[in-house]
Amino acid sequence: MDVHEYQAKEILAAHGVAIPPGTVAFSPDQAVYAATELGGSHWVVKAQIHAGARGKAGGVKFCRTYHEVQQAARDLLGKRLVTAQTGSEGKPVQRVYVEVADPFEREIYLGYVLDRKLERVRVIASKHGGMEIEEIARTMPDEILQVIVEPAVGLQQFQARELAFQLGLNLRQVSRAVQTIMGAYRAFRDNDATMLEINPLVVTKDDKVLALDAKMSFDDNALFRRRNIVDMNDPSQSDPREAQAHEHSLNYIGLDGEIGCIVNGAGLAMATMDMIKHAGGNPANFLDVGGGASPERVATAFRLVLSDRRVKVVLVNIFAGINRCDWVAQGVVDAVRQEKIEGVPLVVRLAGTNVEAGKKIISESGIPIIQADTLADAAQKAVAAWQSVK
Amino acid sequence: MSILIDEKTPILIQGITGDKGSFHAKEMIDYGSNVVAGVTPGKGGKTHHGVPVFNTVREAVRETGAQASITFVAPAFCADAIMEAADAGVRLICSITDGIPAQDMMKVKRYFLRFPKDRRPMLVGPNCAGIISPGKAMLGIMPGHIYKQGSVGLISRSGTLGYEAASQLKELGLGISTSVGIGGDPINGSSFLDHLVLFDKDPETEAVLIIGEIGGPQEAEAAAWIKENFSKPVIGFVAGLTAPKGRRMGHAGAIISATGDSAAEKTEIMKSYGLTVAPNPAEFGSTVAKVLRRA
Repeated sequence: MDVHEYQAKEILAAHGVAIPPGTVAFSPDQAVYAATELGGSHWVVKAQIHAGARGKAGGVKFCRTYHEVQQAARDLLGKRLVTAQTGSEGKPVQRVYVEVADPFEREIYLGYVLDRKLERVRVIASKHGGMEIEEIARTMPDEILQVIVEPAVGLQQFQARELAFQLGLNLRQVSRAVQTIMGAYRAFRDNDATMLEINPLVVTKDDKVLALDAKMSFDDNALFRRRNIVDMNDPSQSDPREAQAHEHSLNYIGLDGEIGCIVNGAGLAMATMDMIKHAGGNPANFLDVGGGASPERVATAFRLVLSDRRVKVVLVNIFAGINRCDWVAQGVVDAVRQEKIEGVPLVVRLAGTNVEAGKKIISESGIPIIQADTLADAAQKAVAAWQSVK
Repeated sequence: MSILIDEKTPILIQGITGDKGSFHAKEMIDYGSNVVAGVTPGKGGKTHHGVPVFNTVREAVRETGAQASITFVAPAFCADAIMEAADAGVRLICSITDGIPAQDMMKVKRYFLRFPKDRRPMLVGPNCAGIISPGKAMLGIMPGHIYKQGSVGLISRSGTLGYEAASQLKELGLGISTSVGIGGDPINGSSFLDHLVLFDKDPETEAVLIIGEIGGPQEAEAAAWIKENFSKPVIGFVAGLTAPKGRRMGHAGAIISATGDSAAEKTEIMKSYGLTVAPNPAEFGSTVAKVLRRA
């Protein structure tokens, strides 16, 4: 799960990371009021969306007057912001963050990730903040500093100190940077984050070390114990179908093809998409109905897949293990009747436990379902059906 | 022969009295697995499906000599259950549970380091379908009847894609020595590599099929090792050629976030290390058959 910049900063501040004064606003008037409350003479108004690269896309505006603050908020709110990371549809801007803009002297990069290979948290820092880490890695790989955290004891002061000195900070700055590096680590650990990026972390003339931007992502598997994070969820930032799928504990990812997929198991779902592509078609979605593809879940899956107007054919591929094919078949038949699915060819491939009984239920249902025996057969029939209706 | 489990392996089931645990315990017993104990804290002294239930894994191991365990424990408590089994001396722990927090798994992996290498338990999963040595024993949730006994080793991250492979093999009259589901989480127990080492030593296994997916370094690591060390033919496949970058495809671990994570890149790496790659997921069976004929 992702959160907005201002939410990430709230979390960081609660763990002792210094941030510039700022307030979230939902309207231009509120943005102006926020600026007057915050004080200062210059502000930035930042679009709050779950994506980076906002600056280049015009989502971060520098303002010298209250009037400019109001104008900036008006320009941003209610729009869809398209950045290099959002895809062509962009993300809706429903909140802006108004922040005091004081001059700074240096920009630093500070990031934390869960390293899969090492199975530990990796802390990454660089003198060259303000640009993307991929860019730093490509152009100045020697300028990337790294520390691996031993999970039994957590990040140690000396590790943070080493990083701070290597970043070339002066003594006053070092002690503040250590506080930031340690605090951000606790924010990461104590909220089950999977990614935290402070870019840039800036150093001011008076030796303050401030998190100027912040991005955080959290482990979905740990949300059961992170109520505070769940409360930060902003559904407007997800694809509406994905949000709906999430409510029914289905895994759905919208793509841009024409063949809708309903599959049990993530690996088989990806393989089914690959097979469709191999047969000359394009998958409209990834959808894993889970190991136990119950009739209710299958019905919800149909609703989701068919709410995508691009879908011209639906392919159901269920490899039944403990959930038997006859049960799944009944679910499919019920869903088709209940959802009144017409005009969209339906290809069903069942395999595994009680497959013959499942096939019988489908062929005796009177519904024009195209049955397939194997994965290859299913993909070919789905693509053929698509070609005949397109 | 087979790897990890056979008909003699004494098995204990953690969470045997829960809905899922109870259901699958019965399936495993019916398949012929040697289930000797169950553990549910608070239900000690009872029997379930004719199997004695204990409050703690330590007690179960002491009383029954169980050597392998399978966990049907809710995600919030599963890391604890895995560490309990490890501490009680269980040598093979299979975790079916889907949804364990990554930081909990980090702790589990760190905890395992307290055991010297020769006594460190093997963890299979979490978020996996388990292990089956067809015709002998099942320590998992798979439909046993789709597996034919034979000489192909199978390692798969995905459960249902593993079923797909097993049934394609059976269709062609090919059987499996042992099938291991290693699971779809970003931080998991054993890797392809851990099981390849065992398959290498298993005289009954003639070839191995490894089925990976997008995300993580495991497949590339295994391929490099195979080139240097493995004596039998290996057939590989990586699911997710059509998966977009940065989107989590169901499994917590199935996400393209770094260089080398994509299916195309991993497929290339496998080929460069001399693995035979199945051209598509409908040709697991035929590719294995071709390789066996050549061997």
